Amino acid sequence: MSNSILEIKNLSAGVEGKQILKGVSLTINPGEVHAVMGPNGSGKSTLAAVLAGREGYDITGGEVIYNGKDLLDLDPEERAREGLFLAFQYPVEIPGVNSTYFLKAALNEVRKHKGLPELDAIEFLNLVKDKMKLLELKDDLLKRSVNEGFSGGEKKRAEIFQMAVLEPKLAILDETDSGLDIDALKIVSEGVNKLKRADNAQLVITHYQRLLNYIVPDFVHVLVDGRIVKTGDKKLALELESKGYDWILKGQAVPA
Amino acid sequence: MSTATETIEGLVKQEYKYGFVTDVETESAPPGLNEDTIRLISAKKKEPEWLTEYRLKAYRHWLTLKEPTWQFVKYPPVDFQDITYYVAPKQKTDGPKSLDEVDPKLLETYEKLGIPLRERERLAGVAVDAVFDSVSVGTTYRDQLAAKGIIFCSFSEAVQEHPDLVKKYLGMVVPYTDNYYAALNAAVFSDGSFCYIPKGVRCPMELSTYFRINAAKSGQFERTLIVADEGSYVSYLEGCTAPMRDENQLHAAVVELIAMDNAEIKYSTVQNWYPGDEQGRGGIYNFVTKRGLCKGRKSKISWTQVETGSAITWKYPSCILQGDDSVGEFYSVAVVNNMQQADTGTKMVHIGKNTRSTIVSKGISAGKGQNSYRGLVKIQKSATNARNFSQCDSMLIGNRCGAHTFPYIEVKNTSSSVEHEATTSKIGEDQIFYCNQRGLSTQDAVNMIVNGFCKEVFKELPMEFAVEAQKLLGVSLEGSVG
Repeated sequence: MSNSILEIKNLSAGVEGKQILKGVSLTINPGEVHAVMGPNGSGKSTLAAVLAGREGYDITGGEVIYNGKDLLDLDPEERAREGLFLAFQYPVEIPGVNSTYFLKAALNEVRKHKGLPELDAIEFLNLVKDKMKLLELKDDLLKRSVNEGFSGGEKKRAEIFQMAVLEPKLAILDETDSGLDIDALKIVSEGVNKLKRADNAQLVITHYQRLLNYIVPDFVHVLVDGRIVKTGDKKLALELESKGYDWILKGQAVPA
Repeated sequence: MSTATETIEGLVKQEYKYGFVTDVETESAPPGLNEDTIRLISAKKKEPEWLTEYRLKAYRHWLTLKEPTWQFVKYPPVDFQDITYYVAPKQKTDGPKSLDEVDPKLLETYEKLGIPLRERERLAGVAVDAVFDSVSVGTTYRDQLAAKGIIFCSFSEAVQEHPDLVKKYLGMVVPYTDNYYAALNAAVFSDGSFCYIPKGVRCPMELSTYFRINAAKSGQFERTLIVADEGSYVSYLEGCTAPMRDENQLHAAVVELIAMDNAEIKYSTVQNWYPGDEQGRGGIYNFVTKRGLCKGRKSKISWTQVETGSAITWKYPSCILQGDDSVGEFYSVAVVNNMQQADTGTKMVHIGKNTRSTIVSKGISAGKGQNSYRGLVKIQKSATNARNFSQCDSMLIGNRCGAHTFPYIEVKNTSSSVEHEATTSKIGEDQIFYCNQRGLSTQDAVNMIVNGFCKEVFKELPMEFAVEAQKLLGVSLEGSVG
């Protein structure tokens, strides 16, 4: 029995016959922050989508153990209830559905799954108030429909706010920095950092190094053409920033 | 993709839960339609001569008409000679004087439908008139209403007890010459509800009618007439269900609303007639004429409908805005699933000055359902400074259904303004996945998304109806994700 939260073993996956992930292996232990970096088209978002259970991907090999369970065997909602959270690169608008109502329903699904009593509206609002401060969100956001008419920055902050409420075991942040100005990036990153605990973990997917100035990873993995070609600590991210992905790509060409 | 489709299919396969038949002894007219049938109905109801004549005139006019075919629905021709036009639960006495005299089996039926008359009477404060097949079986709360001068009774009773009012207003808004099914209804209507709110009275409770078709091969032709006198207000609710049967049953009702100066009528419908099975066998043909007349200055009529049932729904609750400064509203949610078809919308006819109308229509299509919005906004020359706003949104679930919009706009002066907005969206896999990723099941996600889509309409419904409507929507769309 390993105590890791997530263990990806030689995972291969594709879309419509096109192979995108070509044998990814990655282990995440409690209390760790991992960053996956890579150029466009390297398979970063596919990795996030496959872990969260989005439809339309064919798993062609390997396995993923999450909390001792076969993750790929679970429906997306079961993964969520088990504490896997995906902060979307493009959070989806749901017109007419009140944000508070939505999030309360989500939290209660998680609680039911854990055998905890469901929260009523008042208990939920009390909980939410504290979390709002964390992300410096305005109260009116809770009264609005889910993501509807939110600015890019508001959407990303709202994602992290949901994460704060749901308290996942494993949070996957898919390009959370895209579309954020520097102020919003700070707020979001600080929010994420405050949510870090000894018993949970974060997987940060990003193209750019700048997010990692704020969310400091324990491990950096470089994903190129569906494979993790290099793993290091936070210095690797800085190296990538100065030398560019070409540096890695050149290194790749040799051992092939 | 395939998983989503399967889930959708699974969800759609929810069964109709009101499909039971109540075993009560009935008394009925022989099937078929001729002047004798009409005289029989009229005699059964001990109607005055003028009403018998009215029916016969309507029947003779009906014979000259052809069944309309312009609507965007398909169905085999209705055999009007195969329908039973009068079915009533057999009663030991002449008619129930109070709920205690109503056949317990009937009351049980209403219990199953979730409208225990007694419960409502005691707890909810909703006055209910329940129409079973063709006859009104009990009106609750009548005494309290009478103390305020409000008349709320079955149409048959109104004919006996308030003939002057009935004679004055019957056919004022929907004359029997109006259309094919209105003519048929005028000839054979068997019962319905009648409501009169006197001057200056605000009706203290929601009035409600529950319609139930029980007998096989019968049609239901009820007639509702609501008159709100000067400065009065009434909110009226209508609900409907029917057993599951293989053959189609016809429901051709007429509803007339009349609002005098400063009066307001709010009319809400949750229609859940049996929609037929997945192959499209059985189900109710819901061919209804509903129209309100804003006769007085500053009067207001508001229609809210949630249409989830019926094999075919074909109706246009409309407002004639005759009084200056009068207001007409139409809020609609129409859902089609499996083989259901709906052609529904409204007509707003502006005649008076400064008249205003609002149309909000939400059409949801799933399965192989076909949903059409058809609406007319007509602004007469006399209706200076009239305003209309229309919004028609369609949502598609799956890829075998259809949504259609047929807006008609006629403006005959230069001081009026008309706005029309329309959108069509497909319930997104993205939206469903987003909800799934937050721990919600696909079923809950669809319900949530659809309810969000319909929110503007649901907020117009009285509270307890809104809850019922949301549940109903969930049931109607179970298994229909795309």
